[in-house]
Amino acid sequence: MADVFDVVVIGAGPAGYVCAIRAAQLGLRTACVESDSYEGGLGGTCLNWGCIPAKALLESAALAQNLKEHGEEMGVRPIDVEYDMGAAVDRSRFISEKLTKGIGFLFKKNGVEHIVGRGRIAAAGKVEVTPAEGDPRIVETKNIVIATGAVMKSFPGFEIDGEKVIGSREALALRNPPEKMVVVGGGYVGVEFADVFNAFGVEVTIVEALDSLVPLADAEIGKTLARSYKKRGMTIRTGTKVKSLDREASPMILTVETDKGEERIETDVVLMAVGRSPMTDGLGLEEAGVEKNGPWVRIDEWCQTSVPGIYAIGDVAGEPMLAHKGSHEGIVAAEKIAGVAHHPMRYDNIPSVGYCHPEVATIGLTEEEAKEAGYEVKVGKYPLTAHGRALTAGHPEGFVKIVADAKYGEVLGVHMIGYNVSELIGEAGMARALESTVEEIAAHPHAHPSMAEAVMEAALAAMDRAIHM
Amino acid sequence: MATKIVMAQLSPTMEEGRLLEWKVKEGDRVEPSDILAEIETDKANMDIEALKGGVVRSILVEAGATVPVGAIIGILGEPDEDISDLLAEAEASLSGTPPVEDAEPEAVAAGEPEPAAGPPPSEPAPEPGTTAPSEPAPEVPVREIEHSQVAESSVTGRIRVSPVARRMAEGANLDLGAITGTGPGGRIVKSDVEKAIADGSARPAPAAAPAETGAATPAPTVAAAIGPARLEARDLDLSMMRKSIARRLTESIGPVPHFFLTSEIDMGRALDMRHELNQRIAPEKVGVNDLLVKATAEALARHPEINASWAGDRIRRHGSADIGIAVAVEDGLITPVLREADRKGLIQIARESADLVARARDRKLVPEEYQGATFSVSNLGMFEIDQFTAIINPPEAGILAVGSTIEKPVVMDGAVVIRRRMRVTMSCDHRVIDGASGARFLRTFRAMLENPLEMLI
Repeated sequence: MADVFDVVVIGAGPAGYVCAIRAAQLGLRTACVESDSYEGGLGGTCLNWGCIPAKALLESAALAQNLKEHGEEMGVRPIDVEYDMGAAVDRSRFISEKLTKGIGFLFKKNGVEHIVGRGRIAAAGKVEVTPAEGDPRIVETKNIVIATGAVMKSFPGFEIDGEKVIGSREALALRNPPEKMVVVGGGYVGVEFADVFNAFGVEVTIVEALDSLVPLADAEIGKTLARSYKKRGMTIRTGTKVKSLDREASPMILTVETDKGEERIETDVVLMAVGRSPMTDGLGLEEAGVEKNGPWVRIDEWCQTSVPGIYAIGDVAGEPMLAHKGSHEGIVAAEKIAGVAHHPMRYDNIPSVGYCHPEVATIGLTEEEAKEAGYEVKVGKYPLTAHGRALTAGHPEGFVKIVADAKYGEVLGVHMIGYNVSELIGEAGMARALESTVEEIAAHPHAHPSMAEAVMEAALAAMDRAIHM
Repeated sequence: MATKIVMAQLSPTMEEGRLLEWKVKEGDRVEPSDILAEIETDKANMDIEALKGGVVRSILVEAGATVPVGAIIGILGEPDEDISDLLAEAEASLSGTPPVEDAEPEAVAAGEPEPAAGPPPSEPAPEPGTTAPSEPAPEVPVREIEHSQVAESSVTGRIRVSPVARRMAEGANLDLGAITGTGPGGRIVKSDVEKAIADGSARPAPAAAPAETGAATPAPTVAAAIGPARLEARDLDLSMMRKSIARRLTESIGPVPHFFLTSEIDMGRALDMRHELNQRIAPEKVGVNDLLVKATAEALARHPEINASWAGDRIRRHGSADIGIAVAVEDGLITPVLREADRKGLIQIARESADLVARARDRKLVPEEYQGATFSVSNLGMFEIDQFTAIINPPEAGILAVGSTIEKPVVMDGAVVIRRRMRVTMSCDHRVIDGASGARFLRTFRAMLENPLEMLI
């Protein structure tokens, strides 16, 4: 092989494909190794079996839920909603396919070579690519970027069989929803699927070991979400651990444990949403001398591993395992390789969003974290219960909460739950990126009526100047 | 088409400019952006650029001449073009057209006065003529006029700084101009200010208190103040003149541009009063220093412009006169703060001061008790020092250095008499205090000590 690439990216998920495009833009001879199967393919988990199809199903769910809850009062009648999960899944697959094809187009446009197959590190500067059929071959490169992502986790006794016990991959293609479903795990993935299946008429129970839904977010968010879900008829079992599952029984018997003792829950399907493990097996990391940090590849703020010329980005390189974090690492790594890197990765300003209804969006420090970090904290909280835009949308629930530094007014964190708050987190992130204080947010005339006004009101509240409360 | 080369307004405060040097001569062909001439403004030497290409047809003002903003100083055009109209217009402009704000030559309409941009009625219009300045330059070469923010930025060089960093720097009394920004485009970000604070590099004084000095400072644990509030805490916007004074003087002498005012005060009546008072209130006692603190606080209450701090982009007036009292301790000095002295009587000041000074010497003060003064008094009288200057403790804007009270011959009512005299020297932060305002304050201070009844009025 006479050809030597500047960069070979292993994996074409949102970290890998973005890295490859950026590297090619910077004039580097770039290849991206990714299989082309239905299971994997360009776009990785995000586009194929994660963010994008999930959001498509959540939109179907929101439409169904809105018609059920608000059709009559909003003057849309008669409402006799029929659910067709199969159609919803077809639509989500169509959107997913459109976007993954788009990546192929972007690769061509930017001159990224897509090498089909599975990649592993053969040695420094050598990537071994194994196609689905045929012999492995070696691709030579000056730099390697590991972007292999992560796979669904499960527990012993709860191994995913694809039918009775499913993961997010199977849930996204579940054309015939069961009567009863238990979602194990109340994090963002769990509450999103619970939302979808509840809206499509499934009797949903969420089992979460910790004391609250979305336990990583601000505590009030978990409470608000649980209240909303209970109103929609879901059963929320926080502080509850799953013990065992009798798959032979019909319906299956799930045994759970709380501090009060064991209980049995009948269910048709168990959906495991207990996190994902980084994909490092069989990559040749040990042989190449690439150090790990727990299950992840250890990197510095420029995404460099312990071996010069080998980078790691995305889910395989550490938490938070979020697409936008991986994409940004991809850009940092590409620019570092090209020698034009401007800013290192900053991990304290990565937004986290749950697309359940009501939506959850957070960034920065929670009130507790800010206090622990030694800040004197001033919280500005604005409830959405009487917010104009939320009322017109039929979703007057939730709040926007700004955690500010009492001394200088710096925006330390923003925590929101409510209608469309996923679209508000960009403002919060920019405010933090630009080191804005609550003064600047409050001083900007936000459009009326919009959900964004709630951010302005929360900023005002942080200065004890809220107008609409 | 021929165009005018005008004396552009190159800074918001500029009213006239001196033509230092022509970079072109008549007949030269120029391209847009070519430099035509170098101009001296009230602030700096700057270039005038060609806005259009053409041939320099006429140079109307010679090097060395000073002309008002807006005057036509030359004409660009094509070699064969008729420029007689423009020449006539130019003549008019050079003989007394009011200054215009817009530097765009096409916008200059000669003979068409623009009242809004013209000087205030009380000010004489710029002297006609094209020769050297006919008036001596004013003491401060800037005057407040209407100006656009954009213009100001382009002239003074806006400091790129994040809102949080700006506030932190203000709070720590750091000069933003002295901090290197590491953010995008050299923007000063939070971590840069944190670094500057940690380094101590840009910080003028170790005891400098945070921005909350004054109104936001929690009251200490001593007895509550008496009397109504007399001072109001507020931030004042900076006038162009104030900005200019601050910038220029800082460049001249470092972060806090000091100047000094000295006054000799006749202490006879004050000392007699103190003696009498001490006999009446025994065993309590009022010290000379307590009189000085009281007089300082009273004078501050009557001159709130002295009880203020430079806060970067504004002047912060404090809501109470919190007097720092410099106390010598074994290996240095500390300045306990007598809070709200403007609202306290002499005896209360004496009591609190005695307590603070005693505890200062025993090193028993808590930080709130020695941080955040608004003005300080340093008395070296007991060391037989006639006169000295003290260094300002930022963000305070002034400090009084008090020398010994000594008996000396002075002339009073035409006769030589022996009087007890004390010299005080006030150090002033020129960004906040000017000669005249400092002098007025000192005059009040002196009047109170020379006639202690003044303090009661």
